[in-house]
Amino acid sequence: MRYSGLQRDVLALYRKCLRESRKKPASTRAHFEAFARKEFQKHLHFDKKDFSAIEYLLRKGQRQLEMYSSPGIKDIH
Amino acid sequence: MAALRTTSRLFTATRPIFRSQLRTMASVSNAPAAAPADETAKMKSFSIYRWNPDEPSKKPHMQSYSLDLNKTGPMMLDALIRIKNEVDPTLTFRRSCREGICGSCAMNIDGVNTLACLCRIPTDTAKESKIYPLPHTYVVKDIVPDLTHFYKQYKSIKPYLQRKDPSPDGKEYRQSKEERKKLDGLYECILCACCSTSCPSYWWNSEEYLGPAILLQSYRWLADSRDQMHEERKEALDNSMALYRCHTILNCSRTCPKGLNPGLAIAEIKKELSF
Repeated sequence: MRYSGLQRDVLALYRKCLRESRKKPASTRAHFEAFARKEFQKHLHFDKKDFSAIEYLLRKGQRQLEMYSSPGIKDIH
Repeated sequence: MAALRTTSRLFTATRPIFRSQLRTMASVSNAPAAAPADETAKMKSFSIYRWNPDEPSKKPHMQSYSLDLNKTGPMMLDALIRIKNEVDPTLTFRRSCREGICGSCAMNIDGVNTLACLCRIPTDTAKESKIYPLPHTYVVKDIVPDLTHFYKQYKSIKPYLQRKDPSPDGKEYRQSKEERKKLDGLYECILCACCSTSCPSYWWNSEEYLGPAILLQSYRWLADSRDQMHEERKEALDNSMALYRCHTILNCSRTCPKGLNPGLAIAEIKKELSF
């Protein structure tokens, strides 16, 4: 299946989230992965043609990722 | 450097209005019981951009509010605060000093980027006033723009004094009156982003072009006699994008709510780079 540009952006963001979780301590890595998954699942119901909303969520996700990937953050609930 | 265009025009044009406003405001606090008859009410409607990030699939829309100008302060910000207090508490906007020194309340009012606290409510009650967030910015909510990128660009020009050697007597770095004068018209900039977001060149190239506000700040540090990193600063600007995307459209100088002239500052940088 071919993905649209926006779909690829979303997948790329999810991939980045998982890769960033690998830099966290092994004991809490699962928490970060679960958190990322939960954040994406929250918005599964969006229509795939609702571009402006998805683009907004992508920007928001990027901001969140930037914040959570700072080395000072060791655990997440 | 810059003529105080905006302020001087404001003062001459609006002093009598201001006096009448004072009187009405006093009467409101004195006699709230006697509701003014309808014929004295000056109803003005405001059409305000609304968008809620909690419901991203809902499209942004314009919402109308109408206020009695006799009971409202003279400035746009007074109207916004009154709407938020009395009509719709969900309306979101930034504000702080209410006197044009913090730059928080920058927004697009009737098609012009300005500070809501420095913008008088047009007395023409027949016409609706339109309030939008700063153009070509990502919106955080309602009329709150996301200025992260703008601040990042500001950081990139190293907006602080850079010295190679300490001052000779271990005290502050001194400068003559003439040297200080060069900073007039530059240091007053409050980084409200009105000029940058009014620049078409910045709309299309905001990733790499620094925009008038940041270039004005760059020049503020280039013009400072105490700064010793002139060559490095100039080198950082000397590429096709950062500075030379300015095509002297001069929307920046026209819109600046503080009456500064970013266009002139950019021209000065270009001059310094080429001679």
